[in-house]
Amino acid sequence: MNAANRIGLLVVFIAGASWTATALADGHRYRASDPTWKAECGSCHLAYPPALLPAASWRAVMSGLDKHFGTDASIEPATRDKITAFLEQNAATRRKYVSTSELRITETAWFRHKHDEVPSAVWKSAKVKSAANCAACHTNADAGDYSEHNVRIPK
Amino acid sequence: MHRIPAFRTPAVLVAALTLSIVAPAGVAAPADFLKTYESAARQESAGFAGFSAQRGAALFKATHGRAWSCASCHTPNPAAAGRHAKTDKPIAALAPAANAERFTRADKVEKWFRRNCNDVLGRECTAREKGDVLAYLMSVNK
Repeated sequence: MNAANRIGLLVVFIAGASWTATALADGHRYRASDPTWKAECGSCHLAYPPALLPAASWRAVMSGLDKHFGTDASIEPATRDKITAFLEQNAATRRKYVSTSELRITETAWFRHKHDEVPSAVWKSAKVKSAANCAACHTNADAGDYSEHNVRIPK
Repeated sequence: MHRIPAFRTPAVLVAALTLSIVAPAGVAAPADFLKTYESAARQESAGFAGFSAQRGAALFKATHGRAWSCASCHTPNPAAAGRHAKTDKPIAALAPAANAERFTRADKVEKWFRRNCNDVLGRECTAREKGDVLAYLMSVNK
């Protein structure tokens, strides 16, 4: 194999690798997990992927858990600090997700855009109840899988 | 008679009370929590005359002038599985007869009483109220 071919192969390889990474990101599969985060943030609602909000939003959420969107979600300070660190480490880095000051994932521009084809009746259906109920349509959301392939809108 | 002054200071009393509320540590049984709440309820009120499952049932089902009751999420039957009133997330049954994990961990019990009493009543529950609710939950059969 000559040098040009080697470089060509390398380019194909790098392009392939970056395509795979993009495909995974666009497939909306989130792998970051932590048992404390999953247990505490997943007790009243699904534990939302840290990558869906920037670190500043997570810090604000975690500093106001006693008034958490209308409910008391307070936890022990040590547990809170541990979860905050996990959220910060795995918070959004992609520009699309970082450019928000929202604390509710469902009020970010990208969320609204992504869900703009969902009819309003779906949000109000008894099987969905709330936009916070990801798993109503994202059937594998509990495993961090928000890919369109696994979306089933309940009838 | 020789008195130990330290035993007469309120600080020590407070410490003793706090300890009695923190126990049972680790794995406990629902009856252990009832005992803990009973001694705390006596401290709250000298006229405390025992817990009432009936009062507990009433507290559990009432909305207390606000949006939610305990039953909003736990359903009016604590032996049945519930769903979060807002997010629809499933909630396992609350009555110990239907769910052996309930009322076995002090940290969990206190965390959920604190949060849920704040949500339902707009304040923390007293030891008597917690004991009444627990007496009610323990009276529910599967």
